[in-house]
Amino acid sequence: MEFTPAQISLSHLDELWFQVTGTRCNLTCHHCFISCSPHNKSFDFLSRQEIQQYLQESVELGVKGYYFTGGEPFLHPDMVDILCDTLQFGPATVLTNGTVLKEQWLNRLSKAQQQCRYSLEFRVSIDGFDAPTNDPIRGDGTFDRAIRGVELLVQSGFLPIITATRTWPDSEDQKVLGEFTTMLHKRGYQHPRIKLLPSLKLGAEQARTEAYSEHERVSDTMLNTLDQQQFVCEHARIVTDRGVHVCPILIESPDSVLGQDLKNATEQPFDLNHGACFTCYQYGAICSNVSLNTTPERGSE
Amino acid sequence: MTVRLALLGGIYNNYLALEAALRQASELGAESYYCLGDIGAFGPHPDRSFPLLHQYDVQCIQGNYDDSIGNELDDCQCGYTDARDNYFAQKSYDYTLANTSDENKRFLKSLPNELILEIESHRLLLCHGSPRRTNEFLWESTTPTHFLEWFFRERQVDFIAGTHTGIKWHQQTKLGRFVNIGVLGRPENDGQTNVWFTMVEVSRDEIRTSFHPVQYDHTRLSREMHQEGLPDEFIETIETGWWTTCLEILPQKERKAGQF
Repeated sequence: MEFTPAQISLSHLDELWFQVTGTRCNLTCHHCFISCSPHNKSFDFLSRQEIQQYLQESVELGVKGYYFTGGEPFLHPDMVDILCDTLQFGPATVLTNGTVLKEQWLNRLSKAQQQCRYSLEFRVSIDGFDAPTNDPIRGDGTFDRAIRGVELLVQSGFLPIITATRTWPDSEDQKVLGEFTTMLHKRGYQHPRIKLLPSLKLGAEQARTEAYSEHERVSDTMLNTLDQQQFVCEHARIVTDRGVHVCPILIESPDSVLGQDLKNATEQPFDLNHGACFTCYQYGAICSNVSLNTTPERGSE
Repeated sequence: MTVRLALLGGIYNNYLALEAALRQASELGAESYYCLGDIGAFGPHPDRSFPLLHQYDVQCIQGNYDDSIGNELDDCQCGYTDARDNYFAQKSYDYTLANTSDENKRFLKSLPNELILEIESHRLLLCHGSPRRTNEFLWESTTPTHFLEWFFRERQVDFIAGTHTGIKWHQQTKLGRFVNIGVLGRPENDGQTNVWFTMVEVSRDEIRTSFHPVQYDHTRLSREMHQEGLPDEFIETIETGWWTTCLEILPQKERKAGQF
């Protein structure tokens, strides 16, 4: 039977993402789906002014929440100001590796959060519950540095969401969650929030494991019984220095750029013809804040 | 002229709190009563809420739980994402499904998923989660003012009420007033055993809302939950006022307000 890719239209722009530091990161993780590193300049920083313009534009569109990713967002010299600006508009989430956080920044952000009605969420990427399980993926010494970041966040009154990319069999999820919880308790984080993420076979991860096979695609018939909200592109867009893209995962694909302004980028449907779309189909909600600590119900047909 | 409405959120089988709230609302001059859904869940003896709803002629909206029970679906569609939350939700759901009469299931199945009231030139939209989705969580700390205004524009109303999250809040915007009316089914994670309902006063010039605490016999409720074999984690919440489950869906600010 001929394969017809599924097509998704955005129902409403709930999530507006910013690739705030492009592909620049202080780490070079082996599973990074856009191969971020200290030397990857394929995407550049967004300026505070550019972000402010998009925030203004987002009001008319009724955006529900704002997300910042990179690279490492806290390499941006204006990151604290950008988050303070954003909290004037709505809730903000920042995805960080936790290794460069400074106490004075967090104190300022804690105060900014207290003074507004919105939540400022931190998602800290740690891919193992100790150095031997984390550092082979994220780099030597990164476990200790990231955990120090978590401690600083907790001391500053935040409840960071620890995100771990699954590099173990699905069947070990509960065991790994238990190990993470025990470790975080010991570090003073009494009620840790932990989110497990599927790996995306793109960028560095593609080299570390394998690429998506040609069968790992979402066909239109597969959408018949599925809640389309579980696809990020159904309710989100991301801004990079190249324009507005369909989702945070696919920014390196040329067809992901949907325009330069938000309104146009919300009006175009998107063909789900990428392997990563299949991961969204399998797991759903991979970019949202809530934990998805269950194994997927749908297998790899 | 001022019209007074009583809005009741998620009852979750807490017929004791429902009875107390209806009495209290009547004393406050309520002329009509609305339940914004989730009549079942969490507590004991599902069928005991329905006679009270009929006695006070409460107009009900179908919540996700009502849709599930009414249509005998496999789960409550609560929207939890955590394995532990889903485990407890399923225990509670199986109990409620097994103990709801066929007649009450038919009633739940027949409910509308929203109501629009036209009072004194105002248009009021009553829903369960949000105007677009029955099981959408609208928390105070993650719902921007301009997002609410988008709803007011889309639906051409100047008042929206919902429940579903279990924690009350309200926000006046340039285009209308939003209120999350709280729930009667369990305390709102503040260490107090009372629950809440909302009164709405509609006059030509304005729509006013007020939240009202409901004290009820929570020790009897917890005793009955024990007797019915409902989870200890749920009983603890009734007895202490702190949530022990459904914590993973909370945004940071709401999570920090609780004990766990």
